[in-house]
Amino acid sequence: MAHYTVRKIVDRSMRILAYFALIAALIPLFSILGEVILKGASSINIDFLTQPSPTVGEAGGGVANAIQGTLITVGLASLIGVPLGLVSGIFLSEYSEAKISSPIRFFNDVLSGFPSIVVGIFSYALIVRAIGFSVTAAAFALAIIMTPIVTRTTEEAMKLVPATVREAAIALGVPLWRTIVSVVLSGAKKGIATGILLALARIAGESAPVLVTMGYWRWWFAGLNQPAANLTLNIYIFAISPFENWQALAWGSALVLVMFILGINIIVRAATREKYK
Amino acid sequence: MSYKFEIENLNAWFGSKHVLNNISIKIREKAVTAVIGPSGCGKTTLIRCLNRMHEIVPNARVSGKVLFNGIDIYNEDADPVQIRRKMGMVFQKPNPFPMMSIYDNVAAGLKLNGIRDKKRLDEVVERSLKMAILWDEVKDDMDKSGASLSGGQQQRLCIARALAVEPEVMLMDEPCSALDPIATAKIETLIRMLAEDYTVVIVTHNMQQAARVSDFTAFLYLGELIEYGSTKDLFENPKNELTEKYITGQFG
Amino acid sequence: MENNYTRAKEPRNQGQTTMKNPQKLSIFVYNLNVRIRKVPKKFSKGDNLFKLLTAVAASSIFIILGLTVYELIIGSRLSIQRFGIEFLVGTKWDPAISQVFGALPLILGTLVTSAIALLIGVPISLGIGLALSEFSPKRFGFAVSFLVELLAAIPSVIYGLWGIFTLIPFLRNNVYLPLQAMFGFISLFSGPIYGGGVLTAGIVLAIMIIPTVSAVSRDAFSAVPNTQREAMISLGATKWETAKIVISYARTGVIGAIILGLGRAVGETMAVTMVIGNKFQLLPASLFDAWYTMAAIIANEFTEATYDLYVNALIEVGLVLFFIALIINILARLIVWRSLRLVRGIARE
Repeated sequence: MAHYTVRKIVDRSMRILAYFALIAALIPLFSILGEVILKGASSINIDFLTQPSPTVGEAGGGVANAIQGTLITVGLASLIGVPLGLVSGIFLSEYSEAKISSPIRFFNDVLSGFPSIVVGIFSYALIVRAIGFSVTAAAFALAIIMTPIVTRTTEEAMKLVPATVREAAIALGVPLWRTIVSVVLSGAKKGIATGILLALARIAGESAPVLVTMGYWRWWFAGLNQPAANLTLNIYIFAISPFENWQALAWGSALVLVMFILGINIIVRAATREKYK
Repeated sequence: MSYKFEIENLNAWFGSKHVLNNISIKIREKAVTAVIGPSGCGKTTLIRCLNRMHEIVPNARVSGKVLFNGIDIYNEDADPVQIRRKMGMVFQKPNPFPMMSIYDNVAAGLKLNGIRDKKRLDEVVERSLKMAILWDEVKDDMDKSGASLSGGQQQRLCIARALAVEPEVMLMDEPCSALDPIATAKIETLIRMLAEDYTVVIVTHNMQQAARVSDFTAFLYLGELIEYGSTKDLFENPKNELTEKYITGQFG
Repeated sequence: MENNYTRAKEPRNQGQTTMKNPQKLSIFVYNLNVRIRKVPKKFSKGDNLFKLLTAVAASSIFIILGLTVYELIIGSRLSIQRFGIEFLVGTKWDPAISQVFGALPLILGTLVTSAIALLIGVPISLGIGLALSEFSPKRFGFAVSFLVELLAAIPSVIYGLWGIFTLIPFLRNNVYLPLQAMFGFISLFSGPIYGGGVLTAGIVLAIMIIPTVSAVSRDAFSAVPNTQREAMISLGATKWETAKIVISYARTGVIGAIILGLGRAVGETMAVTMVIGNKFQLLPASLFDAWYTMAAIIANEFTEATYDLYVNALIEVGLVLFFIALIINILARLIVWRSLRLVRGIARE
């Protein structure tokens, strides 16, 4: 019976260890969120939200231009990423037995896990060489990162629409393509919308590709062929700077960014849970 | 003449669904007891209550007593793990471990109990496979995956695996329902042989099988025990009208 | 009323309107649109055009990948011409004076920090996978896995920010100094401690890969059929012993998860460059010494690269990173795909 006692001890220990692992993962989560909220909150004031970045030695300053820049860049990226991802997702979902579908899906998955800095270099080679460091180049890189995400979530959302819906439309004489566009698409719109939101949250946080296609920019938006300010780059530059007020701005920017990203994630989670009720 | 199980007022639930209603039976030792009844009557639940497998499903609940060798297995101090060790279970669909060899499948339970000695393992594996009437068919291929056998062979492998830990009881949940008639016949022979040394409780939806194989039969309907007695009596002279209707095929 | 779909091989239903087999009709319609080549010309042009357009859009992925390789090679040609294969084993990086570039220390730095990330992150991820799929009730699993996924939503640069101001001081005072006090005689733990460096980068990477590895492992565990667990339980196994069987059954998926994690670690840029110290050297003096990775050097020096060869060299580093990441990711996806098919295949028996 002694052996059985050993088994029970091992069983209990391993289960405890597994929960420790869980805690080990949650501690950094709470630490990061906690620090961002604590240290960032003290930076947030009216000035912070309305002033552009300070120069070296200047006190105060804010991230208004960074928020503007991030919104523009992300918006520009989605002009390409959303339609491209949407149409690709439609293809993969409606024609999934086509021979080309499997390779497309496979490489989409592969591209999802890719180092974003390489995408940045690609955009550099293609666009920066042509028009210089610019919002366009950054948006292009972000669009490439965004597309596989939108593709996959669109495909999954559309696959969830039951076959009976399609058949009903076809039986009424609606051509297939029209069925897809009007009927299936609107049935899947919730899933597609959440997919797009998640993709936006993801690219809003990307910094490496933005760094090599735009670099740090201190002023307001100055045109599509110029760089623009960006929250993530602000965080990076200010964090490694030796100035305390800049470091405080880094935390403040981080708070704004985190609220945006987490906000989207929580909304998406809440929305998709309702689906299962 | 003693009883391996004495079931007293056993009730079982899946969430709010009351699946077994006040069942009381005494199961004879070293005999084959069949549990029959139409789908949904609770026979699988009954047998799973005997080795405390019913409760591992979320929202499953049990009340009542099951005396095994005189001791209530649902007692607060009872350890389900040790109880299950004393009973072997065979499931409807054969479930050998595909990532283990045939040898390792049979030895799985032994290794759990800390038996490492190669000689001892070899002995028990051979003995169990012989009891399961599988030894001759696999003795030269013991390293092949457990999943590489035919359905009937897989089920006999599962039986060997269960026998290897030397249980006192064999619980079989429709063991032949996924098998062809030849494989079924082999396993029915096996069951009759097992009855010499083990207490066997077998759930089956096949009445002829119950008649062929068992010494005692319990008939369940909608969670209630309708009739219980020796197989001969129940089939030839059913006391309950419902039983008669069932065994003459009028429903279920 | 005749429309394009009734023009196919099957005779039209004689006034029957019941949908006898919806699945069959679906397949029937798909066949019309995708498989049958000999379609009468009156077939909806709209459908063919639609399929073509969507296919072209979806195929853009190949163009993107191909173009990326092309641009990376073109963009690094000066460096390739100058250094050839020596680039991969070169150990000097001197943009200022001799203009010599070599990537070996970067490759080593990337691989070592990723290896540390796996060493720390994989056991934790497996523990989480087991805790949520085998040891807890379902509801708890859903709530907590949401939290673990949040870790994946946090941007890399914020990991870096937290790394600099919170993690580094914490590790320095509470982990590294004590470690050195106890094990300082081992060279790994010797040398000056400033808080950042190789081990810190590995730790941050470990945290960043946990969501991916644990989620994919959990999926692999969930796919294991319950009958396997029941077989173990009925033999009188404890929860942990049953979990071991689950891991064994799902091991292909777990390996895929690990390699996916490796793929992420290799490509992480900002968090690494903010804590690793960015020191170009073939090998660090200890775990507490600074180092460099491929992604970090690109992020750090790209905007300062003032002349062509410099830029080319950095792009070539990107090219090497591209191929390493490509191979790892392809391998990972292949294994994960295969494991899903294996599990379904075995379960069918």
